[in-house]
Amino acid sequence: MKTMIIIAAYNEEKAIGDVLKDLRDHDYKDVVVVDDGSSDNTAEAAKEAHVVRHAINRGQGAALRTGLQYALDHGADIIVTFDADGQHQAKDLPKLVDPIKEGKVKAVLGSRFIGGLTKMPWKRKLLLKGSIIVQYLFYGIKLTDAHSGLRALHKDAASKIDIRSDGMAHSHEFAEQIHKHKITFKEAPIDVRYTEYTMSKGHGSFSQAFKVLFAMLKDKFVK
Amino acid sequence: MIIQILAIVFALFAISRTYLRLREGKLKVSQFVFWVVLWLGVVVLAFIPQTASYVSVYLGISRPIDAVIYGSIVLLFYLIFRLYVMLSDIEKTITQLVTDLALRKKK
Repeated sequence: MKTMIIIAAYNEEKAIGDVLKDLRDHDYKDVVVVDDGSSDNTAEAAKEAHVVRHAINRGQGAALRTGLQYALDHGADIIVTFDADGQHQAKDLPKLVDPIKEGKVKAVLGSRFIGGLTKMPWKRKLLLKGSIIVQYLFYGIKLTDAHSGLRALHKDAASKIDIRSDGMAHSHEFAEQIHKHKITFKEAPIDVRYTEYTMSKGHGSFSQAFKVLFAMLKDKFVK
Repeated sequence: MIIQILAIVFALFAISRTYLRLREGKLKVSQFVFWVVLWLGVVVLAFIPQTASYVSVYLGISRPIDAVIYGSIVLLFYLIFRLYVMLSDIEKTITQLVTDLALRKKK
């Protein structure tokens, strides 16, 4: 089974090299970096992987959609989405990929709240717990982690999932569509590293949370 | 008197602009009609302010000017909403183009 890792990267020239090295060290060779219109040298820093370039920045959701399409077009059986900033670790991947390989489920979502592997700042914890509730209210799906960017999908699942919003609401969309298409899934514990670098990217800030909430409302009410 | 003149001048100006856009094919006939009716409404209001009282009495709003303002706000909201939907569609199209271009270049 061909496993492909897709990474959406926007201005990650500093981090992407280490991320690719980590994946290479763990023997993941099919890696696609979607350079989402970076203004730095992300594409150059990622050249050991397949690089797909967005001409202009369209957001992480859009980059992931491009990556999924690329992987499906290139015969991937299992597709993993992985963050570009170094917070995810290749050592966690077997926990996500193996259940799909063994045919147990069609999707595995990484969770920072099971297994107690991840230590995170309390503010982020609060936001994430809040978004789990919002996700449940919106889509009726109960996860332990609503916003993990680390997930693995069987190609059957990936071809059903259509990410509509360009920005950061994609985690919710994955959850929503897994629920909608009745895709079998499980959650797996992952170890996410928060460093000054990953925190500086502003993911998980309150303003971002409101943007995501707004995108969800928009998607719900404006077709 | 001045308000009537201003209203009619501005309405005529706006209608002429709308007509030009229709001729260029940038507006649909239905959209053109919408704007013309809207501006004619403004002219009618300026010349026969009592129309506002009929409407306000009918709607149960005590002051005619309030009826006019409520109506304008509703209309503005509707127009903004339309703009918003249109913008969303454009964003979606741009993203689709960027995705297609990126994948095509790679092949």
